[in-house]
Amino acid sequence: MEQLNAWFVELLSNNDIFTANTLGYYLDGLGNTVRLVFLSLIIGLVLAVPLAIARGSRRKWIKWPVFFYTYVFRGTPLLIQLYMIYYGVVFIEGIQDTFLWVILQGAFYPALIAFTLNTAAYTTEIFHGAIKATPRGEIEAARAYGMSRALMMRRIIMPSAFRRALPAYGNEVIFMLHASAIASVVTIMDLTGAARFVYARFYAPFDAFLFVAAIYLCLTFAILYLFRHLEKKLLAHLKPING
Amino acid sequence: MIDLKGYGPRLLEGALVTVEVAVLSLLLALILGLLTASAKLSRHVLLHRLATLYTTLIRGVPDLVLMLLLFFGGQIGVNMITDWLYYQFDVDIFISINEFVAGVVTIGFIFGAYMGETFRGAFLAVDSGQLEAGRAYGMSSRLIFRRIQFPQMMRHALPGLGNNWMVLLKTTALVSVIGLSDMVRIAAEATKATHEPFLFMVPVALIYLLIASVSEWGVARLQKRYNVGFGEADEWNN
Repeated sequence: MEQLNAWFVELLSNNDIFTANTLGYYLDGLGNTVRLVFLSLIIGLVLAVPLAIARGSRRKWIKWPVFFYTYVFRGTPLLIQLYMIYYGVVFIEGIQDTFLWVILQGAFYPALIAFTLNTAAYTTEIFHGAIKATPRGEIEAARAYGMSRALMMRRIIMPSAFRRALPAYGNEVIFMLHASAIASVVTIMDLTGAARFVYARFYAPFDAFLFVAAIYLCLTFAILYLFRHLEKKLLAHLKPING
Repeated sequence: MIDLKGYGPRLLEGALVTVEVAVLSLLLALILGLLTASAKLSRHVLLHRLATLYTTLIRGVPDLVLMLLLFFGGQIGVNMITDWLYYQFDVDIFISINEFVAGVVTIGFIFGAYMGETFRGAFLAVDSGQLEAGRAYGMSSRLIFRRIQFPQMMRHALPGLGNNWMVLLKTTALVSVIGLSDMVRIAAEATKATHEPFLFMVPVALIYLLIASVSEWGVARLQKRYNVGFGEADEWNN
């Protein structure tokens, strides 16, 4: 550990670009990226569960609005959604006089709203697909036991749908991590924002962007590993016997 | 008609740029994807490793970071190569990496990795007995590819290709960040000038939805074309 530390200090002292100062920017950026991605994923997940159930409803006036929402948010670029919310909230009449302005003034919350709505739309479709794929026999068995619709949803359909949705949801998490890079476009100092700052300051594109690419790569692999572990645990009963 | 405050024609020009970027990068991605898939399926260890490295690295890094890297770093890199060529061999060439080139190359490169995975799966799904039959007929490997492997592979690849195309289309919005005047950038400029975000962003979003819907229809037609002979068999079996 001592040696490693000494080596690290040595490395930094011979380097004009990656000083403790710029590394601090990257660290702040990492914090912002993780906060943004994590919060939007959690809120998006909470929103997506009821929306996915509504999406599969038999009543048209419930089903169609949700379909319309997912269609629009999945069919247009996230950048457009971000611009609309980031520029859009500023121009709402009278918003600057309300308490909301304190929150919406910066770029963080508009970006969080855009990311949340976007990931909720994708997650809704993923869950909807997983719910639709529930084996008929399970539903019939639940009905034969006299379960109400709500109980059946809670005990039978949702647990198995969550498991089935896991691999696709892992992809969505990685997608969201990568998509969060555009937060730097609306002045947020996330990882990419830090890299752009370092680039602009030292005019060193390779150092600035390759370093940040390596960080993203590590994060991606961490997420991949996490989900593979989860799949192994939660989908153990679906594995072939001598697999 | 809605009043676009004189930005209408420019928005249309921007839409054209978006389509150009999307189509060109799709072509690049398809070529790279086929190359990657064949590299991954080849027995050559080095080729296989190279292709795996390419798909893993590209899919682990955000598209915007790669685009910024290529846009800001590309010119320096290319200049280094051309300078070296000039000093070594006295060859004087100048290649300029503008926003358009950087955008198309990056998007093509990224989706080449995704297409590669799609194509690989599709190639594996073709019955190997059919290829052997082709060989038994004395077909050259190029003829086998053209007449047997490709048409059957496409049947399996099309759904994945369609999805990739939809994602690619939305990724083109990122070229606005490096300064190419696609419709997103023009809408953003118009928004800043007129302070009316929805007036410009909503039409742009609608154009994206329109392109997506049209291509969904196109993919469905292609699917029908490449499924000829399979749909009927299913009907008979049922």
